[in-house]
Amino acid sequence: MAHHHVEVADEQYVFRPETKRKLFYLLFAGILLFAIGLVSAITQEGKGGHHEEGHHGALHTEKMVASNDHDAAASEGHGHDAHAAGAHHETATWLRRLYSTLWHNNIFFVGLGIIGLFFVAIQYAAMAGWSAGVKRIPMAMGTWIPIAGVLTLVLWFLTSHDIFHWTHSYLYDHAGPQFDKLINKKAPFFFWPLAGGTFPLFYIARMVIFFGLWYYFFTRIRKNMMEEDIDPSTAYWYKNRVVSTVFLIIFGVSSSVAAWDWVMSIDTHWFSTMFGWYVFASWWVTGLATITLIVASLKSAGYLKVVNANHLHDLGKFCFAFSIFWTYIWFGQFLLIYYANIPEETVYFIERMRNSPYSWIFYFNIVVNFVLPFLLLMTRDSKRQLSMLKLVCPIIIVGHWFDFFNMVTPGVMKLDGGLGLLEIGTFLIFAAVYLFVVLGSLTKLPLVGKNDPMLQESLGHHI
Amino acid sequence: MNADKNFLVGVFNDEVVLLDGIQKVRTSGLKIHEVFSPFPVHGIDDALGLKRSRLPRAAFLFGLTGTTLALTMQIWMLGYDWPMIIGGKNFASLPPFIPVTFELTVLLSALGMVATFMIVSDLKPYKWPRQFDIRSTDDKHVMAIDLALNSGKSKDEIARILRDAGASEVNEKNFE
Repeated sequence: MAHHHVEVADEQYVFRPETKRKLFYLLFAGILLFAIGLVSAITQEGKGGHHEEGHHGALHTEKMVASNDHDAAASEGHGHDAHAAGAHHETATWLRRLYSTLWHNNIFFVGLGIIGLFFVAIQYAAMAGWSAGVKRIPMAMGTWIPIAGVLTLVLWFLTSHDIFHWTHSYLYDHAGPQFDKLINKKAPFFFWPLAGGTFPLFYIARMVIFFGLWYYFFTRIRKNMMEEDIDPSTAYWYKNRVVSTVFLIIFGVSSSVAAWDWVMSIDTHWFSTMFGWYVFASWWVTGLATITLIVASLKSAGYLKVVNANHLHDLGKFCFAFSIFWTYIWFGQFLLIYYANIPEETVYFIERMRNSPYSWIFYFNIVVNFVLPFLLLMTRDSKRQLSMLKLVCPIIIVGHWFDFFNMVTPGVMKLDGGLGLLEIGTFLIFAAVYLFVVLGSLTKLPLVGKNDPMLQESLGHHI
Repeated sequence: MNADKNFLVGVFNDEVVLLDGIQKVRTSGLKIHEVFSPFPVHGIDDALGLKRSRLPRAAFLFGLTGTTLALTMQIWMLGYDWPMIIGGKNFASLPPFIPVTFELTVLLSALGMVATFMIVSDLKPYKWPRQFDIRSTDDKHVMAIDLALNSGKSKDEIARILRDAGASEVNEKNFE
């Protein structure tokens, strides 16, 4: 609307020592909780290990339906009794719990990296004007992608035998007592072109290619942004538009397959056609809440002069709308499985609804990720106020951390799952390191791209 | 002179001029009856000093009515009035009721909002709006000043203020 050109002063984020100190406190608190949690998990097991073992045996027989996917397999294959006692009890419970929480947090933070890039790509592809002033924040979040890639690969090789049931070669041994017909049919999805039970070449290749592609597109878009800062030409914006569009097509497929690979395949027998969407919805709303939280915090700290209540309003609407979207996907997946009532599908929800600590998290998930954001962000004023956004965004972030907990842990830990200092500590460590990386990356570029052709539209944004 | 009968109408060519103009007219002490524009102009509500609409509150209440209606209807029908076994579920079980609840919430809040808006804005069938200047449906912004409500100033004075505020022309419009 405004026809006059407004000059925008250069803004540079300074990663102040006070902020760094706060992040170190967060990191130390995380390490402390992690250590206490780990020690108590080890000692607890040392004390009551034998007793618990027997206890679990009883639970297994009592809750046949609820126990896990092995039972579903057992009806197909042979030697259930041998299996129930075997394989999974080789690794100590505390170690499996450690692996589980590492994988859970890693996957959660993968989302916080990739969603940064996804957000930026959408802004270019949709030719969005309003967001020109905030685009550098999600861009900085994308810096986590290569780190997440390395972490995912390393953690996979470290933990896969305790997290992914399908990695055990005895499942594919036709002559063996634990041959699993169902998983054997899925073998090419993991092991192609190799034989089932060997090295999951296809799976690992996908993992490497996804992170490689995501990182490649991140670098391309960021490089164009940097060049645009030096050379005031619209050419870089147009280049980024093309790059973003290609990335979005790739992301549509890769995010979905990543969700099957890294999360759904934990419960190897179970499947849901909505799962790709479900993981994406959870990642996306968490990412939006993180973008909003960082923007709101920078605004409070006196940065981002180009951002006003209208831009906050749009970010708030994103958080509000996609909390509802997540709920829609959650319910869409739940209702179909509930209504069809097919045992091989319902086992997933029964595991989560009947066993501690998953059951309270199952219901808490709906309250914290739907009811609270829905009611708190409903009015126009709440979306325009920094204080409200800084209250609701952490709720959404923590809420979806619980959501991912219930996606990962029950499949890994069965009835041994726990939520305590170990899990909270791991989250704090990840959060502190993630923020170090993102805020560090934020200092590398000016906070606002003053040559962005959309910036003038963003300045006049009014809703 | 009766209110709502005799008007001076300022015609503006550009929305940026109009926004500045509204500011100028209001600081001069004139009361603006209404501004008509061929398309929505951002910031015009603030410039005119209009209060925020209370329509969202009405929408919330209509939505809440829909939620309550849908839940009570389904629980009463399938739980008490004519219990049916569907898929071996409880008679009154929540999950299958959610889609209908959602739809009725959206339906009632949408219809309620439209109805409220039409009633509050006095829009009804066979009610034809008064045209201050037909060009406000094409390419001109039109500002109407009620002479009776601005009796402190002469017609010439008001016309001068409008011209100073950027009006390209000022016309008189009288309704019977």
